[in-house]
Amino acid sequence: MAENQRILVCAGTGCASSGALPIIDILKEEIKRQGLEGTVSVVGTGCQGFCEKGPTLVIEPQHILYTRVAAEDVAEIVAQDIINGERVERLLLLDQVTQKPVSSLSDIRFFAKQHRIVLQNCGVIDPKKIGDYTARDGYKGIQKALKEMSPEEVLEEVKKSGLRGRGGAGFPTGMKWGFCRQTPSDKKYIICNADEGDPGAFMDRSVLEGDPHSVIEGMLIGAYAIGADEGYVYCRAEYPLAIKHLEIAIKQAQEAGYLGDNILNSGFNFHLKVFAGAGAFVCGEETALMASIEGKRGMPRVRPPFPAVSGLWGKPTNINNVETWSNIPHILRNGAEWYGQFGTEKSKGTKIFALTGKVNNTGLVEVPMGTTLREIIFDIGDGIQNGKAFKAVQIGGPSGGCLPESMLDLAVDYDTLTQAGAMVGSGGLVIMDETTCMVDIARYFLNFSKKESCGKCTPCREGTTRMYEILDRITKGEGKEEDLDTLENLALTIKETSLCGLGQFAPSPILATLKYFRHEYEAHIRDHKCPAHNCTALLSYTIDVEKCKMCSLCAKNCPANCITGDKKTNTPYVINEEACIKCGTCLEKCKFGAVSRA
Amino acid sequence: MSTACEELVDPKQIQLDEIIEKYRHENGPLIPILQGAQGVYGYLPAHVLKHISKAIRIPLARIYGVVTFYAQFRLTPVGRNLINVCLGTACHVRGGAKVLETIEKELKIKDGATTDDGRFTLEIVACIGACGLAPVISINNEVHGRLVPESIAGIFAKYE
Ligand SMILES: Cc1cc2nc3c(=O)[nH]c(=O)nc-3n(C[C@H](O)[C@H](O)[C@H](O)COP(=O)(O)O)c2cc1C
Ligand code: SF4
Ligand code: SF4
Ligand code: SF4
Ligand code: FES
Ligand code: FES
Repeated sequence: MAENQRILVCAGTGCASSGALPIIDILKEEIKRQGLEGTVSVVGTGCQGFCEKGPTLVIEPQHILYTRVAAEDVAEIVAQDIINGERVERLLLLDQVTQKPVSSLSDIRFFAKQHRIVLQNCGVIDPKKIGDYTARDGYKGIQKALKEMSPEEVLEEVKKSGLRGRGGAGFPTGMKWGFCRQTPSDKKYIICNADEGDPGAFMDRSVLEGDPHSVIEGMLIGAYAIGADEGYVYCRAEYPLAIKHLEIAIKQAQEAGYLGDNILNSGFNFHLKVFAGAGAFVCGEETALMASIEGKRGMPRVRPPFPAVSGLWGKPTNINNVETWSNIPHILRNGAEWYGQFGTEKSKGTKIFALTGKVNNTGLVEVPMGTTLREIIFDIGDGIQNGKAFKAVQIGGPSGGCLPESMLDLAVDYDTLTQAGAMVGSGGLVIMDETTCMVDIARYFLNFSKKESCGKCTPCREGTTRMYEILDRITKGEGKEEDLDTLENLALTIKETSLCGLGQFAPSPILATLKYFRHEYEAHIRDHKCPAHNCTALLSYTIDVEKCKMCSLCAKNCPANCITGDKKTNTPYVINEEACIKCGTCLEKCKFGAVSRA
Repeated sequence: MSTACEELVDPKQIQLDEIIEKYRHENGPLIPILQGAQGVYGYLPAHVLKHISKAIRIPLARIYGVVTFYAQFRLTPVGRNLINVCLGTACHVRGGAKVLETIEKELKIKDGATTDDGRFTLEIVACIGACGLAPVISINNEVHGRLVPESIAGIFAKYE
């Protein structure tokens, strides 16, 4: 233990909920008690990306990862690892393939295959300290821009990098900036879209919580290139910690002279505010978002005029996603050419995905564009939980689609996925196994879109409701043969006639599941069966007389009292199907495997 | 004298006026003021909306339109503890519905309702960004993850 060590304890939303905060305090105490304050420091970081295994803790410079750490483990970690240099084996991650514990970050497949650019500070620095950011080259990008480059040169650099918007549509960022720069006006705004409404996505949350200064720096550079002097971060209200860290960061940046008037003596002014959303998914759409900042109902409007011409309060406005902004400082610091080496021809750089669902390793994954879904799910994600079979990956949230096993070798980039009937979207990747019903998933997303539709245009408002009703009927076993055609027709009409992306893409989950999982729909409609045994109404429970030992346990626990039988009179136990509410209790209770579900 | 005066002035009213004062000169003050007011009162009572309407000269009908558009705003009082059950995609595929069912049974209320003793209000949300720990709920913004139905009762016991 010759060199100085840093213990990085994750204090992100995920780990905080698993009990990380007391660990930090206890760890600091213990370090003090052992007289190690001089050589060992304890840092509370943002999300380290491995939330499910949290609370997580990394010891640097050795890159040792401890998972599921509890307060009781702290003394042992300090005594055994910090002082004696030996690993505490039971807290190391278990490799699912070799079944052996792995200690070093570089040996853990979840991290080894990632390439972290945007996330390089997340989980490594204390997001509440601007000094931690500047120590890792933070604010060098804006310094370079202000001192060595004209706004046009900055714009050219971003164009050359090939960066495309990470908010979903993948629009070239430099080109967008250029439109706004060209519009003559006495006042321009820039906005960071941190509404992150896609259920199952938390990339933006983690960046804001774990590295808020990178977003501020990106916006500074953008404002300089575009000629804007005021900006907003529109953050959803469900992310209190992100808002808090952002506010701390803004204050520190002001004090350090990176925000305000005459920044770094360059004559350039930029003021930044946080606006907390009020809970409406549609406010992620850019025109709705601006209406919301203006204090109105957040409803999308027709474009043109595009925000670059007439945006917030009628002024030219440029809006980008959190991750897009966070890429910018890296492009400025290292140059467009460096950036261009990552990714595919038309999709440059890396993309962060939130890997969730029925996969062994859930968490944040940053990979170069062009990585295949199979690599993400099976190498980084370590495959499907509990040895079950993979069924589908849902990509792109409510606007995206579900892809089957046969599509797993697709390279993830904007154009490839769109062709396959899905989309990169914001970056949610929800993995589904054999127990997930694809009709139910389509129904789930339509329920979401129906609830979140702002109601401005009829195809979206009425259409999502109609499609939901049909799907709901199918999952209840009341589907009709012609339903599938009706669904397809409705889907195409709504896609074409809706005003904003919510309506235009709401049918995507249906179209994708119909394309790849049509047999599941047919099984529901024709055979009244749910192949995944998920749709309650289509299940049936039976008792196998051969296997039944007449112990009566099922009958005693059946909440519907619909199992009868008697050992004394040798009356076999049977289920009255009419009265059965399909709760599954009998299946769970029977110790002899006599109950079966179909 | 001073005691009589204090009785007349409602401390919540003072806080509300401070919030209004803080935002009234900014562009688009309505939503931050409503958020602040809800922070003070726990919900948005009619008299508060009327007061805001007068103070910042925005018609009550427009304020009402905004309040009803956003899920965050509520026109009825909330219980002492607010439970948000996540039914986002990640939570959905990992058994969020079972968790919800257990909570509904335990508290005997449905989405949007408050228990008779005013202890809990239940709300369904779509994703609170802790998907890695699915299924999750949050109570008063504290996240509880990796839930199984059996863990619910123990968690509730911590909230009076
Ligand atoms: C219904 C709907 C919801 C959206 N939600 C988000 C969101 O949460 N975050 C985001 O960055 N973009 C969202 N977008 C896309 C934005 O409208 C906009 O295209 C994006 O913020 C542009 O940023 P980018 O060019 O950096 O991708 C949404 C679009 C629609 C139609
Ligand atoms: S498509 Fe839907 S969400 Fe978009 S404006 Fe129309 S009704 Fe509103
Ligand atoms: S599924 Fe439930 S209701 Fe049906 S027989 Fe079994 S225990 Fe009874
Ligand atoms: S629990 Fe199983 S063995 Fe016992 S009575 Fe029921 S079906 Fe028969
Ligand atoms: S919150 Fe700790 S790893 Fe994500
Ligand atoms: S889906 Fe439940 S927290 Fe994201």
